[in-house]
This record gives sequence, C-alpha cells and structure tokens, in this order.
Amino acid sequence: MALTTYVEAIKQGIWEEMESDERVFVLGEDVGIYGGAFKVTAGMLEKFGELRVIDTPISESAIVGAAIGAALMGMRPVAEMQFADFISCAFDQITNFAAKCRYRWGAGVPIVVRGPSGGGVHGGPFHSQNPEMYFVHTPGLKVVCPSTAYDAKGLIKAAIRDPDPVIYFEHKFLYRRIKEELPTEDYIVPIGKAAIRRKGTDISVITYGAMVYTALDAAKELEKEGIELEVLDLRSLLPFDKEAVLDSVKRTNKVILLHEDTEIGGFAGELAAVISEEAFEYLDGPIRRITAPNTPVPYSPPLEEFFLPKVADVMRVARELNAY
Amino acid sequence: MKTLNPNVVVRETAQPAVLPPEKTLLDMLYYMQMTRELEFRIERKLYRQGKIVGGVYVGRGQEAIAVGSCIDTLAADVVCPSHRDMGAFLIRGMSVRTILAQYMARKTGATRGRDGNMHMGDMKHNLIAFVSMLGDNVPVAAGIGMSFKMRHEDRVVLCFFGDGATSRGDWHEGINMAAVMKVPVVYICNNNQYAYSTPLERQMAVENVADRAEAYGLPGEIVDGNNVIDVWGAATRAINRARSGQGPTLIECKTFRMTGHSAHDDAGYVPSALFQYWEERDPIARHEKFLIERGLITREGADEVKAGVNREIDAAIQIAENDPFPEPEDCLKDVYYEG
Repeated sequence: MALTTYVEAIKQGIWEEMESDERVFVLGEDVGIYGGAFKVTAGMLEKFGELRVIDTPISESAIVGAAIGAALMGMRPVAEMQFADFISCAFDQITNFAAKCRYRWGAGVPIVVRGPSGGGVHGGPFHSQNPEMYFVHTPGLKVVCPSTAYDAKGLIKAAIRDPDPVIYFEHKFLYRRIKEELPTEDYIVPIGKAAIRRKGTDISVITYGAMVYTALDAAKELEKEGIELEVLDLRSLLPFDKEAVLDSVKRTNKVILLHEDTEIGGFAGELAAVISEEAFEYLDGPIRRITAPNTPVPYSPPLEEFFLPKVADVMRVARELNAY
Repeated sequence: MKTLNPNVVVRETAQPAVLPPEKTLLDMLYYMQMTRELEFRIERKLYRQGKIVGGVYVGRGQEAIAVGSCIDTLAADVVCPSHRDMGAFLIRGMSVRTILAQYMARKTGATRGRDGNMHMGDMKHNLIAFVSMLGDNVPVAAGIGMSFKMRHEDRVVLCFFGDGATSRGDWHEGINMAAVMKVPVVYICNNNQYAYSTPLERQMAVENVADRAEAYGLPGEIVDGNNVIDVWGAATRAINRARSGQGPTLIECKTFRMTGHSAHDDAGYVPSALFQYWEERDPIARHEKFLIERGLITREGADEVKAGVNREIDAAIQIAENDPFPEPEDCLKDVYYEG
C-alpha cells in the first residue's frame, strides 16, 4: 500500500469533499493554474473547473470576505492563505465577520481558512509564524493543527463539513517529511479530540503540530534513561480536549507543555491555568513550559535553530522534572 | 456635479425618461416616510427617553438611497445594508416591531439582544447584517455574487456603504475582486460628505467616489441621492447589467447627512449653510411635490401617508416595549452551531 504524505493527505481530503459535495470550492492566491504554492490544490482546476477552483487577486481580506459571502449563501468554501502568516491581512474578516455572525443573527458561516504555518524551513519572519493564538482567543472560531497525515486528511474533511468557521493550520515542515498509509474508506477526525501518540507513566508532554515529533524523539531518548514520557497531541486548540489533558496529567502527575509558538499568550499558558484549576492536587511538580522565545521567527539558520524548541530542551526539562 | 473622470457617467436630475409604475412611486413615498418617522422616534424619542441604550445612527436626509435602490429587488436577491439604510430593512420585509425590539435590546429583536441598532440581518429576507468595520461587506457581497455565478442563479446583490468606508482596504480589495470575477453586484455609496466629523476632502483626494470605478474596471455612475427616482433609475440600470452577466457597477449617490454621526453628536462642525442647502433638497418633500404635480397623490393624501406610518409605529412601539429582554444566560448560547 502506498504511503501518503501530509501535504497529499490535505489535498485528498479537499478533493474527496469536492467530489462528494458540490457546495465545496477552493479559492486563494495561485491555487488554480499553479496548483498552490505548496501544491495542495494541484490538479483541482483541471478536475473541477474554474468556477470551483478560483485564482484570486492578492487580497487575503477579500478572499476570506468572499468565502464568508459564499458560505452565507450555502456554499462550503475552502480559502487558502498562501502562508499562514498572511492571515493577519484577513484578521478582521475572520474575527469580526465570520466568527460573530451566528451569535449575532443566527447565520452560520461554514468556511475553512487554511494555510501553511510554522518554522524549520528558513522562511524568516513572514513565512514561519504560528498565528494560532490570535484565533484561539476568538469565540465563534474553531482552530485545528494536525500533526499526522491521517489527521491532516481527517481534520480537513471535518473542517469542511463543520457548520462553523474553522481555521486549519497545517505545518509546512511536515508537508513531505511525514507519510503513512491511510484508510481507503471515508473518515474524519472529529474537531476537539486529542490523541495519545505515546503512552507513558512519568511525565505528560502536551503538544501539537510539528512539536509532536520533537516530543516523540525526546521520549525515545529518555526511555533509555528510564523516563517514560506520555505524548498527548492536542490536534485541535479550539475547542481543545480538556478531558484528555486532565486524564493524562492525573495519571503521570507531571506535565510539560510544549509548543513552537512563542511563550507569552501561547496555548501553554491556557493549559497551565486549566491544569492548576482542575488537577492541582494531582501534580507532583511544577507545570513546565517549553516554547519558542518571545521574538519574531528569525531567518539565519543558527538563529532559527535557537528559536525553535528542540529535542534537547524537552530532554533537559524532563530530566529536571523527573528528579523533582 | 462634475467628475474628473470622463468615463464616469454623471446623471443630472431632469425629467426622467423612464418612470417606475405608479404603485412603485407611491410605495417609495411610504418607505421613505416610514424610514424618517421610525428613525425620528428611535433617535429623538426612545433614545432620549433612555429606552434605547448604546449608539444610534440614522439616515435622515438619505432616505431616497436605500428606498430607490431596493424597491425593485426580488425576494431571491440579497441586500447588504450599511448603517444609514433603514429603508432596505423595511422593503425587504423586516417588521417595524422587530426593528424596534432590536433597538430596545429585546429578545424579539433581529439579533435577540446580541447586537444593537442597525446591525440587523435575517437570511429569511436575504439581509446580511452589517458590522462596524466599514467596508467589510464589500468583499462579502462579492462572495455572494460568486456563489450565484457558480450555481448559475439569476440573482443580484446590493451592497451599501458610506463615503468614509471607501477609504478602507477591504473596500478596495472587494471592489477589485468583484470586478475581476465579474460578479452580479451593485455597489451603492451613500456619499453624505462627512465621515463622522471628517469632511470628504480629508477623506480622499479625488472629487468623486465613482471616479475610483475606472481604476478597477467597472462602470461608475453618479446620481442625485436625494432624488428617489434618479436613484431608482441608476439601480435599475445596474441591476439589469448584473442580471445579464455584465458584472458589478458602482453607483455614487450624492447626499447629505442631516444629523450628527450618531445621536450624541450635535454636528457642530458642519457649517449651517450646508444643512440649509440640503434641507431645500429634502428627498421626501421633493418626492411628495413630484407626486402631487403628477396628480398621483393630493397634499392631504401625502399627509395621510405620514400619519399612517406614525400609527404603525405607535402600535409597534406598544408591542416592542412590552417584549421581554433576553435571559442573562442567553449570553452563552449560539456561539457555535447547537443543532
């Protein structure tokens, strides 16, 4: 059976939804003739035609605005941000228009806004960001960050079928590095459900996106030292799987919160609050965060290497916590 | 009126060649009068009595624009009103009671108390709720038009905004995208010459909003926004263009805001001569005069239209005032789909 890459899995998910539901269409910069900057939409123009695969002007706000208008008319648009960094240009349409329609006047806005986020590819400050928290702080939105090819496909399908606006952050570092065998039958990954990627007894590492692999690599090394990490992949940040988080923490009693996003206002802070509110008496050590520092994402390899949380960071903190 | 742009059509008010049917002409008076009287009650009575909280924005002096452009829309068409387009809500079928309940923050209002004033929408009437970020509805309207094009539906979208909104990036992105995609949208600018306290010349360096149309490759037309028949004529031409697949049009309606920006603003920064100039061009008085001269209504008949809408408003206020407020816990509902 052929292995499917993470990027191919996203494409398959959109493709299958377009085949089964004529309301689904894609729009964005260079998604048609060029097939998308990362080829997520390659071949779609030929298959589905220019009314459903729409090359747009460089106008992120209008791309999302148009998606909202079409969604209000019953369509299921999938809007591509060529890089997730550019979603800042559409911030207003997403947070003020899309996120608030249902609450204000009962009109659902079933749009998906997706794009490549994350560093590790020397993209510099404007092609490497992790902008998820701007949207996690906006009630009315859903935010997902898949880490596996299986989830990439299952979550894009769930996002397209969701009646509310979903922001789908794919990690560009994983695009062609991650591959696995996918089921041939139709499936979705429900939004809001975490997955345990490695069972462990000593410390829970709660993470998402590309950092799942950093945690797993650290776990493999630490196993040799007799430290068993549990790796919990959140998969969705809004809503997030609180039950899975608390369950893991209550079993291991120690927790590391790991993400590639910067520290202040990062998701780790929210998790730390929830854990201390609801599982304080289970903790046998301080809640530890491992995140990027509070800087833009730098370009030069030594700088970017410094910026990104690494396996060694997880190992160091895990050893400290294990000894606590 | 003049334009710097030779490609923008300027329509001077004259005896119109084509008139709407008699019933439409009379309906126009009713809806303009209902708009004015309803907003008068909202701004000058209910708000001052403390029965409406928050902000109140009215379109006094601009009634002809929403009425003239929406009066011939079909049920399947979609309207994206801005904050001075009460006539659009009335013509599309939102009840006076629902509107008053909205302003009075009741559970029976268009947003069940979640939002206030002109921020009303209802998919049942194909009315898209406005947001305070001006110009946001411009790309949204383009997307609505895109969906009609994709599904080969014979529907058009009317999208309203003021002159101030045309300074925003969303306006430019949206107009450009609509023109590129050739979608069936009619963009209608209420150019009331002030954005809050900022006069037009500090808002843009071109003479007319419609002058911008050429840059985006869509037709622009300038009309007297205080003449309901002129507005109707321009809207009719643009709607026909849209329906026949020729794409979007930008209509600029020259008008004047006969109030402050909102109920708390006394507009002291507006020279009184301007108010006087535009008072003499009041759209309702002009339309009444037109109807009377044509023998379509008597003076008494016109006065009765005004009295009639006031009776309707009285009855609706009675009901809306007794409508319940939302339950405090309703705050938590409907952020997401609840089945």
